Amino acid sequence: MLIEAESLSFSFGNRRVLREVSLGVREGEIFGLVGPDGAGKTTLVRILAGVLRPEQGRLSVLGSGAPEKVRGRLGTVPQAFTLYGDLTVWENIRLFGALYGAAPGEVEERGREILTFTNLLAFSDRLADALSGGMKRKLALAAGLMHSPSLLILDEPTTGVDPVSRREIWRLLYDLNRRGITIFVTTPYMDEAELCTRTGFLHEGRLLACDSPKAICRAFPRHVLEVRAQARNLRPLLAGVPVREVNAFGSAFHLVVDDPVEARRQVEQALDRAGVSVLSLREIPPSLEDAFVEMAREVP
Amino acid sequence: MNAVVARDLTRRFGSFTAVDHVCFSIPQGSVYGFLGPNGSGKTTTIRMLTGILEPTAGSAVILGLDIAGDRDAVKSRLGYMSQRFSLYDDLTVSENLEFYAGMFSLPRSVARGRIEEVVGMAGLSGRTRDLAGSLSGGIRQRLALGCAILHRPELLFLDEPTSGVDPVSRRRFWDIIYELAAGGTTIMVTTHFMDEAEHCDAIGFMFDGRLIASGTPRELKELLPGSSWELLSDHPMDLLEKLERRPGIVDASVHGRALHLQVESGWEDEVASMGANRIVPSLEDVFVHLVRKHRKERNS
Repeated sequence: MLIEAESLSFSFGNRRVLREVSLGVREGEIFGLVGPDGAGKTTLVRILAGVLRPEQGRLSVLGSGAPEKVRGRLGTVPQAFTLYGDLTVWENIRLFGALYGAAPGEVEERGREILTFTNLLAFSDRLADALSGGMKRKLALAAGLMHSPSLLILDEPTTGVDPVSRREIWRLLYDLNRRGITIFVTTPYMDEAELCTRTGFLHEGRLLACDSPKAICRAFPRHVLEVRAQARNLRPLLAGVPVREVNAFGSAFHLVVDDPVEARRQVEQALDRAGVSVLSLREIPPSLEDAFVEMAREVP
Repeated sequence: MNAVVARDLTRRFGSFTAVDHVCFSIPQGSVYGFLGPNGSGKTTTIRMLTGILEPTAGSAVILGLDIAGDRDAVKSRLGYMSQRFSLYDDLTVSENLEFYAGMFSLPRSVARGRIEEVVGMAGLSGRTRDLAGSLSGGIRQRLALGCAILHRPELLFLDEPTSGVDPVSRRRFWDIIYELAAGGTTIMVTTHFMDEAEHCDAIGFMFDGRLIASGTPRELKELLPGSSWELLSDHPMDLLEKLERRPGIVDASVHGRALHLQVESGWEDEVASMGANRIVPSLEDVFVHLVRKHRKERNS
């Protein structure tokens, strides 16, 4: 285990941000922590990176009880990574290389390698301030890699980034992982959580689930019907139909049901009665988001 | 009639163009989804439409009046929930609402009824005595919305109202948006979760300060070349590398455990034989495609 956390709790004043969070990250994993802003993700990341001390609980990172003592092997990319806007990409890399204590010759070689890897080499002379949001995030990632860490902790590397850069950053994370780096990453995007070897779902400071995306979906105790219909909201139309939940998923709706055959029959009838034309209606395997929506709902 | 007409709206900050000749209109009573990554110019556009920020060039007609000349006449008919809407953490839900009712100079007798109405609509009953500082992200955003609509604005601007909101509350928030629209309010709402905007009447995509596409969700999906397919895989990243350069595949992107493919006509059978299914493309597919195209044009 590269990270072992047991019953971590943390409060800001009288607001409890983390409530007895336990999780383990194995060597070679991409561990994804998913949850909305305010769920406690950043606080947990700060604790794992040694910036904050947990009020309660036990923590071991890279075999040490104090993450700040293993900084040489730990890479962190915080959300508000401090790049120097009035320095160029290359100057930022050189600066962060020096800060991490790399020798000058080493900085040049490693910097070139990392900028090539992150597709930033062509922008070496550009001021960091003049980079797009996605490129800034990549530069922050590049800086976090300068000392060749074996564990990389990233806090929301894709929040607010365009959908193409979001995917490029995930490609980089996969490539790094193939090179043997263990990754702990937080995200508000459910689809990104599906790309992790294991995923934890943090909701109001509690870890409601922690397993492989497949296992989380398999443990979902109900059935899901996907409906595409010409309507903005199906809920009022399905009153009286044995449907537990109606959730919008993009242009479709997911209905959480116990008996998919009977529910399907009644849904068809109800929508027909309401004069809503149904484009498609089928049972689908539950997605991670189906599972998380259900878990978030069960918390009072 | 149009509630909003933006003509060549432009805003420069020094040498940086945050909003570049943006033109669009929003018919009264409709929901306009304004999508784009952070820093693409969404908030700056809204600040100009609400009269808070003066455009460098171009104009905006809001509810039939020129915002530059008639700001005061328009102001009382607008609602604006900014990204950092100020709630008073040490006041209760009721007290916050009363405070905003005072700000909008609602007479006491009117205010009482409105507050009751807003509490019901935003699902805040039972929470009215809670301190705003103790509310979860989702409820907090609903309170902010409640405060922003106390004066029954005809036109409502919501800037990333669902960031920091859990997956259940996110959906609930959109239910309220559509309820308001059904009552005749025109709504312009920004988000960087593409899936949320699928039921908007019209959508605008911002990228690098420019409106790179706008239309109904259906019209935007028609911009995609070829047909849309989905291939499920436990290893979508590996599959992406294998497929993205295959002939017949115009575009490929990862969406969680699914790979989305845009397929040229004539290659459908081959894609189907790999186990792919035809899908209705998502807005995320559209945006991925548009951003890639836009970048290619910019770099050539």
